[in-house]
Amino acid sequence: MNKLINLIIIILLGIVFVIPLIWVIVTSLSPNNEVIGNTFPLWTFHPTFKNYIAAWNAAPFLTYYMNTFIIVFGILIVQLITITLGAYAFARLEFTGKNLLFILFLLQLMIQPEILLFPNYQVMSQLGLVDTKLAVMLPYWASAFGVFLLRQTFKQVPYELDEASKMDGSKWWQTIWHVYIPAAKPTYIAFGLVSISTHWSNFMWPLIITNSVENRPLTVGLALFAQSFETGAQWGIVTAGTVMVILPLLIAFFIFQKQFVSSFMHSGIK
Amino acid sequence: MAIKRSGKKKVRISMKQNLFAYSLLLPSFIFLALFTFYPTLKSIHLSFYSGPMTRLQFSGLSQYKEVFSEEIFRKVMFNNIIFVIGTVPTTLFLAMYLAIWLNKKMKGSSLLRTAFFYPTVIPLIAVANIWLFIYTPHYGLMEKFLDIFGANGPNWLGSQTTVMIALIVMIIWKDAGFFMIFYLAGLQNLPKDVYEAAMIEGAKPFQMFRRITFPLLMPTTLFVMIVSITNAFKNVDHLYIMTKGGPDNASNLLLYYIYEAAFTNWDLGKAAVLTVVLITLLLAITAFNYLFLDRRIHY
Repeated sequence: MNKLINLIIIILLGIVFVIPLIWVIVTSLSPNNEVIGNTFPLWTFHPTFKNYIAAWNAAPFLTYYMNTFIIVFGILIVQLITITLGAYAFARLEFTGKNLLFILFLLQLMIQPEILLFPNYQVMSQLGLVDTKLAVMLPYWASAFGVFLLRQTFKQVPYELDEASKMDGSKWWQTIWHVYIPAAKPTYIAFGLVSISTHWSNFMWPLIITNSVENRPLTVGLALFAQSFETGAQWGIVTAGTVMVILPLLIAFFIFQKQFVSSFMHSGIK
Repeated sequence: MAIKRSGKKKVRISMKQNLFAYSLLLPSFIFLALFTFYPTLKSIHLSFYSGPMTRLQFSGLSQYKEVFSEEIFRKVMFNNIIFVIGTVPTTLFLAMYLAIWLNKKMKGSSLLRTAFFYPTVIPLIAVANIWLFIYTPHYGLMEKFLDIFGANGPNWLGSQTTVMIALIVMIIWKDAGFFMIFYLAGLQNLPKDVYEAAMIEGAKPFQMFRRITFPLLMPTTLFVMIVSITNAFKNVDHLYIMTKGGPDNASNLLLYYIYEAAFTNWDLGKAAVLTVVLITLLLAITAFNYLFLDRRIHY
């Protein structure tokens, strides 16, 4: 009985959670006159792609997509290099000042680039990088989170493997490449997914640091696009724009769902 | 924290070894120095100096006094506390509740997990776009829903009394599934034999939760708590689309207030002071975690 009640609560909650997604998709497919007047908002009687075409033509979404792609992968690729080197040093090397450096790295977990909007803008203007894609990426090229995550995994690699590789005459980077990276594959996947979804979603920093179509990512483009349509009559077009932004993420999520969730769970992110 | 190989005495570390380690850390360190340490110090510096950028003058604590005596500042701090109190415990409770029931193997549980997790993947700014329409008076989805019962909703985002609640509900929707994943992971690691023993003893389900599940999930709860508190200070994207901090600053949060001070009013001294306040707050929260609570978490 107890179980049944809880089950019903969870199913109802699940439906409530899904409704916003269904509603936004239905609205984006509805003709304009149905959007406002419709008494049953979760269904459309005359589905149309008109809103998508209008949205696509109203803003340079293709450029925004390209920008987001460049930024997201530009961040990820550099991060993979910096975190691998950093994690190896903290996991397997002894050196003077290790504890101090470790604490300095820890600081970034607390003072994340997101909250340094104002001073980092100053830094970028000193560097002459305002309104560049590079400026969007730079603050994220070091990732304390990635270093710690990977350090945990590297520490579990048996020393014997490391030594055997060195005995074979491998250079340190060959050892990392052949021993450590393959052993840490799930961690890399988890980190990659977290990094991509975080930076795909990032908004405030690119909002202030970019100022042109050539550098603006999707999130900022979407916000500006939505603001240019204030009235309810244009919900169709705004929801279509929104769906265009979230659809790639949702599709990627539904395809990689198992991997996504399990990599979260097994990577020891905590 | 340093890991020494067992059976090895502390040896002198050679210059060469040091240099090798430093050069591996250097790439990360450059970016940390430029975009975390330097801006932090710069904010502290700027908070004590006033005037135009080219002719800064030492002004001591006067900018702090000015900010602290502002009514809007107090309102913003109060809002942020309300926001933390409104989102953190509810999200944690919901996430734990969902995880406990969806951890069981039953038909449709993976479908339900998807239903709760998918909002995590959607950027906050897109979430704001969707929920703005949900909360719109007269035509919004919420209004249409209330219509069924013949009720009339308030202007959710336009009224000072409802705007925070509306935003809190939205954030719970967005984050609950994310934290549910951590609880699901935590549940997988719980020892099965303890439950079997409790079962033999004739423990009731709620007793098992209170005496076994809840205490054993404590490390997860602490971790999730820190992340969600930090998020409550860090994520303000939705304000840009939905309220701009209004009406009359009723939904304004600290980071968004910094954005306004720095980039709409160009009050650099104020933005610096506010940034220092935010950094101090986050450091204090995390330090509290590491010094007092984290002792019980073992990696």
